[in-house]
Amino acid sequence: MSTTESQYIDIYEKYSDTIFKNGVAVMNDCRQIAFDYFKDNGFPHSRAELYRHSKIKELFDFDYGLNLNRVKFPTSNNLFHCDVPINSYLCFLVDEAFYLPEKSKLEWDDLAKKGVLIGSIREMAQKYPDLVASYYHKAYGEKMDALVAFNTMFSQDGFFFYVPDGVVIDNPIQLICVSNANLPSISNPRNLVVVGDNAKASVLMCAHSLSNVESLSNTVTEVFVGENAHFDYYKLESTNAKSVSLSSFVLKQKGNSNVLINDMTLQNGFSRNNISVDLEGEGAELTLCGMVIGDSEQHTDNHTVVNHNVPNCVSKELFKYVLNDASKGAFSGRVFVAKDAQKTAAYQTNKNICVGKDAKMFTEPQLEIYADDVKCSHGASTGQMDETALFYLRSRGIPEAEAKMLLMFAFVNDVIENIRIDSLQDKIKLMVEKRFRGESSLCKGCNACK
Amino acid sequence: MLLKLKNCCKFRWRVVSDNNLEYRYMLSIKNLHASVNGKEILRGINLEINPGEVHAIMGPNGSGKSTLSSVLAGNPAFTVTEGEVLFNGKDLLALSPEARSCEGLFLSFQYPVEIPGVSMVNFMRAAVNEHRKYNGLPPMSASDFLKMMREKKEVVELDNKLANRSVNEGFSGGEKKRNEIFQMAVLEPKLSILDETDSGLDIDALRIVASGVNKLKSKDNASIVITHYQRLLDYIVPDFVHVLYKGKIVKSAGKELALELEERGYDWIKKELGENF
Amino acid sequence: MKNNFVNDVTDSDYKYGFVTDVETEVIPKGLNEDIVRLISEKKGEPDWLLEYRLKAFKHWTTLEMPEWAHLSIPPINYQDIYYYAAPKTKESPKSLDEVDPELIKTFNKLGIPLEEQKSLAGVAVDAVMDSVSVKTTYKENLAELGIIFCSFNEAVKNYPDLVRQYLGSVVPYTDNFFAALNAAVFSDGSFVYIPKGVRCPMELSTYFRINAANTGQFERTLIVADDDSYVSYLEGCTAPMRDENQLHAAIVELVVLDRAEIKYSTVQNWYPGDKEGKGGIYNFVTKRAICKGDHSKVSWTQVETGSAITWKYPSCILLGDNSVGEFYSVAVTNNYQQADTGTKMIHLGKNTKSHIVSKGISAGYSQNSYRGLVRVAKKADGARNFSQCDSLLLGDKCGAHTFPYMDINNDSAVVEHEATTSKISEDQIFYCNQRGISTEDAIGLIVNGYAKEVINKLPMEFAVEAQKLLQISLEGSVG
Repeated sequence: MSTTESQYIDIYEKYSDTIFKNGVAVMNDCRQIAFDYFKDNGFPHSRAELYRHSKIKELFDFDYGLNLNRVKFPTSNNLFHCDVPINSYLCFLVDEAFYLPEKSKLEWDDLAKKGVLIGSIREMAQKYPDLVASYYHKAYGEKMDALVAFNTMFSQDGFFFYVPDGVVIDNPIQLICVSNANLPSISNPRNLVVVGDNAKASVLMCAHSLSNVESLSNTVTEVFVGENAHFDYYKLESTNAKSVSLSSFVLKQKGNSNVLINDMTLQNGFSRNNISVDLEGEGAELTLCGMVIGDSEQHTDNHTVVNHNVPNCVSKELFKYVLNDASKGAFSGRVFVAKDAQKTAAYQTNKNICVGKDAKMFTEPQLEIYADDVKCSHGASTGQMDETALFYLRSRGIPEAEAKMLLMFAFVNDVIENIRIDSLQDKIKLMVEKRFRGESSLCKGCNACK
Repeated sequence: MLLKLKNCCKFRWRVVSDNNLEYRYMLSIKNLHASVNGKEILRGINLEINPGEVHAIMGPNGSGKSTLSSVLAGNPAFTVTEGEVLFNGKDLLALSPEARSCEGLFLSFQYPVEIPGVSMVNFMRAAVNEHRKYNGLPPMSASDFLKMMREKKEVVELDNKLANRSVNEGFSGGEKKRNEIFQMAVLEPKLSILDETDSGLDIDALRIVASGVNKLKSKDNASIVITHYQRLLDYIVPDFVHVLYKGKIVKSAGKELALELEERGYDWIKKELGENF
Repeated sequence: MKNNFVNDVTDSDYKYGFVTDVETEVIPKGLNEDIVRLISEKKGEPDWLLEYRLKAFKHWTTLEMPEWAHLSIPPINYQDIYYYAAPKTKESPKSLDEVDPELIKTFNKLGIPLEEQKSLAGVAVDAVMDSVSVKTTYKENLAELGIIFCSFNEAVKNYPDLVRQYLGSVVPYTDNFFAALNAAVFSDGSFVYIPKGVRCPMELSTYFRINAANTGQFERTLIVADDDSYVSYLEGCTAPMRDENQLHAAIVELVVLDRAEIKYSTVQNWYPGDKEGKGGIYNFVTKRAICKGDHSKVSWTQVETGSAITWKYPSCILLGDNSVGEFYSVAVTNNYQQADTGTKMIHLGKNTKSHIVSKGISAGYSQNSYRGLVRVAKKADGARNFSQCDSLLLGDKCGAHTFPYMDINNDSAVVEHEATTSKISEDQIFYCNQRGISTEDAIGLIVNGYAKEVINKLPMEFAVEAQKLLQISLEGSVG
């Protein structure tokens, strides 16, 4: 074990009293297993296949602080509103602490009447320990990973959302995750979403950074979707160059459920998103898509795993990257079809355009198939903008820069069109267009996208 | 020696244009040479077009017809190696493709390009407003624009549904060509080049497209109709017919030439020119 | 019902599984520096080559067997292998009459046109049995054109400068575990040199056979195509049926200079082990070509039906501007066979092109993986690649996997990858049945149609053989 890990091992051992004292029982119960894993395995070493293009270990070499004493950083009032103005239930996760703005509290009462539990995972774990414990860290039994272990060891708070069976929530829950610390620090938000049988809900998660110092967020999100349930998860990252975002997202889908994940990276520093989906009941459908718009030296690495564990499930995956300047993109997608998962339909597409001379793209689509009656395909391409289309637009009088913008926009359009909330789709279109025009789409307290 | 001669030629043209002699032409092509991937396709084209005229350019496959239209529209895949083109007195070859469009040059593509994800409405609004900006006009209001779109669609009996789709995506051959003429109606060009607009059209679609073109004809605009067959010229009657062969215009005459070509093919012209042409 | 015919169709007997009764000379089992020296001594090699082997051996001892492939490889005891086995003959044979008649019978059984009278077939053959090159036909005819086609050993003796210049220049001994092992203990192989401007008038061919028990085969092939030359080269392989696994760790190096072209075809039919997965060859091969010259071209074609485990990635380094690399592959796995095969296309020069077509067919309990890398270096402007990787599954107990890697470091590159996985549809089989074709023949037809794009790239006479081989490795008797 190198010094990178040992500094965190030392902190954990030395301050475990503090961590446990500040933590809640349900979360504390999992810390030791995670610690044992981390102690044995450490971060993935620099040649690890799964992290070929994102050197995780080096990120943790930086001298970040861990907010073990739950010190509150000064927050300004303009933090608590967001103008991705869609009809949503709004809440915030600032660094690693959950906030519910005063003015949204009324709306939340409506939800509470339906039996929906929503709020800080700390509070919920204290109020409903059995419920939270029956899901917390359960998606990660055998699939432990260094980032998840690290989060489990240190995490103190996050977002909890429980939709009882049969409850339908039409408007999305909007979770704004902001890094606001004025010292270089690591946050470990821990989110848990449970959507009951026949229920319907959606979550929009916006990641922003208001701090101008280095920050690393190591988020873990566990999602359980019940039978016949319908769930949308949109993630929009619009942070800055100093931000490191590591995200582990795991989804368990029961029979006949329908889930959409759309992971959009508009602006960032260094991002690595691990998305893992288990289709565990027949008839489950998954749409997993994402887009990346990169410029300057942005680094975005999406790693997806879709496990078809049972027959008759459908997964459709689409990721698109537009890389400008010296930005770097990586996509690795593994589709696994288990031995008895007959009648599986799994489609994966990854298309990228490198616009910048120094842009780099690394693609690894992978199919691993152990059943014979399946329809599986994957396609990947990396190229440039279509020259004939560009000429066609220019021949109609549209200037080159504008024509390029139109084409880049058109390129990612089919990812945006997967958004199933119309007002959000319109908003994202606007933000993406602004992004391509070089206007900031950074939500500074979300004023930019008005 | 050769170099000097070339210089001298250029000099002479410049004198001519300085005397405003060229200005009476809408389009004047002088000794145009162009190549693609190092292979010379156009080997000295000369052509003059006045407002109100319709010129047909015919010729066997590979004679350079489509290259000529691409070069005039400024397709970057082609390199102009020699020659000069004046359009309304401006040096056309010095302009970007979009500036040529705004100057009033329109190319109806032989193979209209499919652009998934770009809706027809957004595409045309961008084009119209760029043209207006070029001419110092403010952008069109959304309602005016939609009204104009509705009017112009009637010119080519274009289905309402098509306008909501992505540019040319999933259009049939006929729909694509109608869409080209629809765009021509919207942009109101001074000079339109119809590159094999008849190819891939059945007789009904041909009639619709041709009548669209005829409705747009006026004394102030001109057209170049590039075609392989005489068929289209039954509907769009040319004032002049030129035969392009091996990168040069080898014969020019009135509309009767098209009929003669239809009857006799191109072989007699090849024979006339001899094997060493 | 369905499972039945699949089992039947995918069963087959290995028709090359006889043992030849030839007296064999072996050296003690195991691997250490003395063995390396002994091999070199047996060959009467010059000092520089011994040095090369020793360096490679030293490096090998520092390495561990790679584990990244999608294969489960039982531990191999490298000390339990004979690293040198040669059919015992008095002297190097000068003509066919001097070759052991048993050997000739073996090659006749294999259907190799070794004898002069088969010259009409137009194939010049270098046959490598166990580790030693037995006989090269047509050497004289080729010599008239200045073409060198001989065993590696002879090349070391007769053309030391050429060998020294190119040996290890494409696959250095540091490249990987098996490359280091081969460089230390390689026993023989083929050497080809095509001089400037010469188009080799016939297919050159090598047949490899492992005969002796417990033997590893470590041959090396080096082909150099000088400016404006062309050669088409073929290798075929068989081995007897034995219960224990045998190791084959070969190296093939191709060097292609300005405007030259090498077409390298393989029909690999090493013993795949029995129906329970017992025995069979471990085929761990490093094949690589470098397109050094501008406008040079390499084309790899492989039909892989044998071996218990295949680990093989014939690759192209496209260094010269406008150079072209191609890879066409059909890999069939049945019973408990495992294959992890594919290619690497490294685009370094400008306007380089590569084309990959891979067709995997899995049956029985086998695992069949495509693994490929397309890398476009920063300065490789105008690079183009297209990859098509299809998998066909026969039966529900096998696996088909695709692991392509695309590393693009240049904004003018266009790289495309497509992959599909499917099974033979019941509709297709029914359609054939309805027209009077048996299920077994229908599968043969469909599989051959599926693999056609690749088979067509093989030289005529081998295309026919490959087609038969495909059918054989999947056929049995429909009950």
